[in-house]
Amino acid sequence: MKIGVVVFPGSNCDHDAYWAIKHNLGINAEFLFHKEHDLKGCDAIILPGGFSYGDYLRSGAIARFSPIMKEVIEFANSGGLVIGICNGFQILCESGLLPGALLRNRDLRFISKFIHIRIERGDTIFTGELNRGDVLRIPIAHGEGNYHADKATLQRLEENDQIIFTYCDPKGNVSEDTNPNGSQLNIAGIVNEAGNVLGMMPHPERACDSVLGSTDGVGIFRSLITAREEVAV
Amino acid sequence: MFKAQVDVMLRPAILDVEGKTVENALRSLGYENAGHVRIGKHITLKIEAESREEAQRIANDISKKVLSNPVMEDYTVSVTEIETAEAA
Repeated sequence: MKIGVVVFPGSNCDHDAYWAIKHNLGINAEFLFHKEHDLKGCDAIILPGGFSYGDYLRSGAIARFSPIMKEVIEFANSGGLVIGICNGFQILCESGLLPGALLRNRDLRFISKFIHIRIERGDTIFTGELNRGDVLRIPIAHGEGNYHADKATLQRLEENDQIIFTYCDPKGNVSEDTNPNGSQLNIAGIVNEAGNVLGMMPHPERACDSVLGSTDGVGIFRSLITAREEVAV
Repeated sequence: MFKAQVDVMLRPAILDVEGKTVENALRSLGYENAGHVRIGKHITLKIEAESREEAQRIANDISKKVLSNPVMEDYTVSVTEIETAEAA
């Protein structure tokens, strides 16, 4: 099992993701440079957080056309596992692998703090080790995390159970008061219809080591690893 | 040689928080009659093409594919012919 972490110019959570996978979870990790055209046999791909291409034009808009994204898109479309975290989520939306877009935060401020998210589904590739209703304490750090999609798209997301993380309070209550950035339906993370592509604004890779104040992010990576290893057996 | 000017604006249905903030500032400056501030991007580019139609087509294509995100933005394109000397 090997997980690839894509490095775009301006990525700044690539090393965090690499560290979490390699040292906290004990799985092989490899950096994949944005100019390459090779996923090097990785079993899953992480698009990390940061400010790829300085967030020029729109966050994720230029990264989406990076050479390696051609391979990532093909990989995802043939069932490969892809996680986009923060800027990675924005890139997945720009590339059309996930529906919707991430707008400026409702209150314009860049928000960097621990928040809580509720697991809405415990039966996906990314949440198999967790249970519906579980609450994770994980940091967010973004200026543009306000999830937006048109009505029809939101309805489809709900009908297909594609919303897997929502912003909540420590007890798991989801309300407008627990919505940090104005996201519709308090959306913190969604999967594509096939369930193999995850986009999320919170940073699980920053919550995998007790030194960092939370290990709640481990469950997400552990779920993915277990799901992949079960397929391999 | 042609020059394309592209305006990219958030769709009307989307709250423009940046515009709203400027609007609030105008209020506090006493401009009671000004409002509905919307903030977008103005992009210019030069296009080599045989005809205006071709330049327009290329500019539309670029605007749709790269310069705007249809989920949240609309764009308008205007193309004018320019002298090659002016372009250089």
